Amino acid sequence: MPKLSVNGIEVEVPAGTTVLQACEAAGAEVPRFCYHDRLSIAGNCRMCLVEVEKSPKPVASCAMPASEGMVVKTNTAQVKKAREGVMEFLLINHPLDCPICDQGGECDLQDQAMTYGRHASRFDEGKRAVKDKDIGPLIKTIMTRCIHCTRCIRFGEEVAGVEVLGLTGRGEHMEVGPYVEAVVNTELSGNIIDLCPVGALTSKPYEFHARSWELVKTESIDVLDAVGANIRVDTRGAEVMRILPRLNEDVNEEWLADKSRFACDGLKKRRLDRCFVRRHGKLEPASWDEAFGAIAERLRGVAGNRIAAFAGDLADAEAMLLLKELITALGSPHMDCRQDGAKLDASSRAGYLFNTTIAGIERADACLLIGTNPRWEAPLVNARLRKRWRRGGFAIGLIGEPRELTYKYSQLGAGPQTLAEIANDRHAFAATLKAAKAPMLILGQGALARPDGAQILAAARQLALDFGLVREGWNGFNVLHGAAARVGGLDLGFVPGQGGRDVAGILDGVQSGAIEIVYLLGADEIDTARLGGAFVIYQGHHGDAGASRADVVLPGAAYTEKSATYVNLEGRPQRTRRAIHPLGEAREDWKILRALSEALGRKLPYDTVEAVRQRLGVVAPSFRALGRVEPAAFGNFGSPGPLGSEPFKSAIANYYMTDPISRASPTMAQCVEAFVAPAQTKTGTHG
Amino acid sequence: MLRDSDRVFTNLYGAHDWGLAGARQRGDWDGTKGLLEKGHDWIVEEIKASDLRGRGGAGFPAGLKWSFMPKQIDPKRPHYLVVNADESEPGTCKDRDIIRNDPHKLIEGCLLAGFAMRAHVGYIYIRGEFIDEAHRLDAAIDQAYQAGLLGKNACGSGWDFDLYVHRGAGAYICGEETGLLESLEGKPGRPRLKPPFPAAVGLYGCPSTINNVETIAVAPTILRRGGAWFAGLGRPKNTGTKVFCISGHVNQPCNVEEEMGIPLRELIEKHAGGVRGGWDNLKAIIPGGSSVPLLPKAICDDVLMDFDSLRAVRSGLGTAAVIVMDKTTDVIAAIARLSHFYMHESCGQCTPCREGTGWVYRTMQRMVKGEASVEDIDRLNDVVGQIEGHTICALGDAAAWPVQGLIRHFRDELEARILVAKGGLSSARFSLTPGIAAA
Amino acid sequence: MSGGEANGGAAFAFTPEVMARAKAIIAKYPPGRQASAVLPLLDLAQRQNGGWVSRAAMDHVAEVLEMAPIKVYEVATFYTMFNLKPVGRHLVQLCRTTPCWLRGSEELRYAAQQELGVGLKQTTADGQFTLVEVECLGACVNAPVVQINDHFYEDLDAESFRELLRALRRGETPAIGSKTGRQCSAPASGPTTLKEIGRG
Repeated sequence: MPKLSVNGIEVEVPAGTTVLQACEAAGAEVPRFCYHDRLSIAGNCRMCLVEVEKSPKPVASCAMPASEGMVVKTNTAQVKKAREGVMEFLLINHPLDCPICDQGGECDLQDQAMTYGRHASRFDEGKRAVKDKDIGPLIKTIMTRCIHCTRCIRFGEEVAGVEVLGLTGRGEHMEVGPYVEAVVNTELSGNIIDLCPVGALTSKPYEFHARSWELVKTESIDVLDAVGANIRVDTRGAEVMRILPRLNEDVNEEWLADKSRFACDGLKKRRLDRCFVRRHGKLEPASWDEAFGAIAERLRGVAGNRIAAFAGDLADAEAMLLLKELITALGSPHMDCRQDGAKLDASSRAGYLFNTTIAGIERADACLLIGTNPRWEAPLVNARLRKRWRRGGFAIGLIGEPRELTYKYSQLGAGPQTLAEIANDRHAFAATLKAAKAPMLILGQGALARPDGAQILAAARQLALDFGLVREGWNGFNVLHGAAARVGGLDLGFVPGQGGRDVAGILDGVQSGAIEIVYLLGADEIDTARLGGAFVIYQGHHGDAGASRADVVLPGAAYTEKSATYVNLEGRPQRTRRAIHPLGEAREDWKILRALSEALGRKLPYDTVEAVRQRLGVVAPSFRALGRVEPAAFGNFGSPGPLGSEPFKSAIANYYMTDPISRASPTMAQCVEAFVAPAQTKTGTHG
Repeated sequence: MLRDSDRVFTNLYGAHDWGLAGARQRGDWDGTKGLLEKGHDWIVEEIKASDLRGRGGAGFPAGLKWSFMPKQIDPKRPHYLVVNADESEPGTCKDRDIIRNDPHKLIEGCLLAGFAMRAHVGYIYIRGEFIDEAHRLDAAIDQAYQAGLLGKNACGSGWDFDLYVHRGAGAYICGEETGLLESLEGKPGRPRLKPPFPAAVGLYGCPSTINNVETIAVAPTILRRGGAWFAGLGRPKNTGTKVFCISGHVNQPCNVEEEMGIPLRELIEKHAGGVRGGWDNLKAIIPGGSSVPLLPKAICDDVLMDFDSLRAVRSGLGTAAVIVMDKTTDVIAAIARLSHFYMHESCGQCTPCREGTGWVYRTMQRMVKGEASVEDIDRLNDVVGQIEGHTICALGDAAAWPVQGLIRHFRDELEARILVAKGGLSSARFSLTPGIAAA
Repeated sequence: MSGGEANGGAAFAFTPEVMARAKAIIAKYPPGRQASAVLPLLDLAQRQNGGWVSRAAMDHVAEVLEMAPIKVYEVATFYTMFNLKPVGRHLVQLCRTTPCWLRGSEELRYAAQQELGVGLKQTTADGQFTLVEVECLGACVNAPVVQINDHFYEDLDAESFRELLRALRRGETPAIGSKTGRQCSAPASGPTTLKEIGRG
């Protein structure tokens, strides 16, 4: 713990701290462009120069380890002059196009120039011009603005694990780019926009759409995968302009996956902004009263056990709770939130959580991936796996489809046999798991959404027990979800009640005529062709598969339009905030169900959202721990039995289109074109 | 004058056989095993006693540098000796002679130095353009392997030592020791941040020492004749012999090994046939390679050629490359050419050098033509001052110093050029060489 | 430059002989450090490819060394000796830095431009010569110096340089080194030192 003085203030910092960090600890702000907490140190911008006693030259504080007895000064004339010099050099070849630069208003260079810039340039030579690069549909480049800090390159190499961008040439002709035509093919690419301290890399879809200072910023939670990344929704008027990550060390650090960031233009397309009722085979606009009336009429006299409900992947916990209670009140036990048919067991929470937690991955020393492609199912979980892997001493094995992950792993096998071999100690990876101090496994939905899913789950549980994945202070058993709604749905028990049917059972029931009314709460991933002659009520925000099959459509709110609770894959309840109002006549989902319950004469006892949430906390106490993960006891789950022989498949066939919002997004369509389609042509396998 | 018997590089001009047989006749590889048997630390101490300072430009005490290497070998982190033969400092061409005419001095030096720092592997990083020289060095290394001088149980000493030649591909910055390491690892030669220093984290992250060719090549003779012999030549802290490269406006440009501290004038007149047109026709001299500030004639008259004497006149010994300019020289254009050199050789990674060297060169171009104002001279001085001391490596300083030297000693000429261009002074005062327009 | 020109070029792979040399070079470096061989392998590729490295050649080197292609592009664009465009049979590299300039490198440039009828960075119509300027070649006491392909030609003046170029055009193999017959870097009229030392 070296002690040093910064501008006369004594600070004690942990060993390995840089002078820059020590300055921050002492409250002295140090300007920087290339330095970034989460990237390796480049030391190239030279903006963070400080004076260190006994050093003849100013010192780049980002790269200098703090040591005992150092006397650092950040506020001397020499320091100011040095920084002014660097600033001048940065600006001589930087275009003065701030008025038409999307970075304007949130540009580090612009901000620092206010402090360290001259009022007029004394550079009389011509400015350098650099050719822009086409690196895909998400990132616009204006390379003349580049100040060569290399943050984007380091992010690619270190965090994302894709080496596409580099520094080519040298001296003043040095350029950042891929050198050849190439797309930055990573699900984390948008982060380089945030990292770029200038306007060299900006968001292509957001190009010239808004200025940062005219945006209203709302802190919220992402729902396009089950990670629950913390986000900021930037809006202007009634429009979501962009989505950015928000710091949460435990969940997404400060990164955001591309779908979560860029699919937001899907919020403006194919929206349901009013009720519809099918008349003479066609969906026709209707009022809320007409829609509720149509439902009430169809339900009249129908026995409860002929009614069923599905909760979709974007459903919030409040709405699921009300739907569950309404369906139950109508006398039906038939409900399910596992659209994909995953054989998840709601009876034991540890059996469906990512128990290790995302941050906990960093403490693991071996990992078995089973039937999952984490890169697509949860890019930020994958980024943690890579972060841990880069530190070394982290053996990773995969059972399932071989994939380009962003780390080295051993391909152990294709299906359940390999799982059995490891469990029976007949596979080399068994020794790896045994020798590990903190081993973990990750079970993907691809291993569960299959006929023997419950047996796979039980086998994985047994393996966890036998190989010490679950021990005092460590739970290495993890289920990786792709759906934001899933854990919340399981927590509040949106699964078949006593004698109830699950997804397959309900669909079979429709076929056989045993079920005649189906309620889809944003459920678009089921096979709607199998809804046969059922009367279908669709509540949701997009005109996707469910709505087009529906007999009555009730317009709900998207996640940016409501305050709602989602539980992420770790079991962490988090809440979205309303950034804009629901479109047209759409309403927050719990309110729709509350109103419908009244129209059906089964009025649910909630007048406020607080009342709903209080009830959530009673149904499942874990809902009370907002923002936190309550460790779950490792109970009994799954159904032991013979395993099938089918190889595991990843649950996601196309990362960029997984839900009604991303399917409606023009940007995501471009990504499919740029990233998924070429890979399919190249390898001939299904992406 | 240094006696021939005190000269180390007795085949500097290639008058004799460069090969192993010739080298042995000149005393190379004589009793190497015995030197090795005296132990790692004896060698380091003897080099320390010689007061040998690095011959690559910075003049850091060699024995001290070797002593920074860990005394124990961590099996996971082998030690490396890296020889800097990326001779690229304008004016400098001494290592080339050592490599092509006296390669065994270098090779034997590698074994001894490598052993001293507990390295089993050495790499000689030679600039890419020296293709014939690299072939010569490879051939000499092959001879040494065949004679059992290198490889397993080198010289019968029980120490294994492998030596490889690694060719660069055209980049001055790879002469900076950490740029060299990056290049040797297969990357662009962009210098590393220091700390950590190479003795702790060097090649492949392992303890490494990088030395200039001449530094390593004089080591065997020092060890044979004793550190005291070497320390007895020259002046305190500026000891031994040195290969000087005398280029430019002298009657007989040449390389020559002389005693450290020889007066500059004596060096030029004795060995290089004097300044073209006589000593009084001298305008200025860059005494230590392009990176050090030039000296006007008045200082050249009696300055001594060693680290501390040249430092005292705000220049430096650098690589001891003496670039002589007589009175016909357009000294502004001469320095502008160097500014072009530094712009061209900047690796580009850090801001002041990447942005500043181009600005300096373009301003210098205008200075050559006089298309500037007198205030521009101050601005130029300011701009080079903003580069100096603010960069990752010393290239920024090297780009600044020649310009600072020019402004310090020839400001009147810069001002006069501007006035002439404005029509305020007769141009008769200046004999403009063709170089001006093209510089 | 950014990509465009380097995107051309036919398919490339080392011949078996070159691959054998590449393997020998890779063996100089510790296991797992094969990237160290990128400079020599690019040099081999350039030689096999007629004097320049194409995109295909860089990609091949990347494959052989198991490097990301961008890492090879970074290297190939950083070092001046890699030609990213085709060059003539004789790559004439005029040293332009101060020590050579002081001794007439400009005259050599005029002579070459006249003799070859091309400007800097240009190739003669017959594909024989490409003329470029380079920075200090490190033979300053033998200035002015020109490097043509692998060899240095020293102590040149306009006339001896023109003759050199003509000889190359005639397909001859001119002697390398000093054009005035000096012994390496010794003073022109003979060494001032090392006279006491006979053959020893």
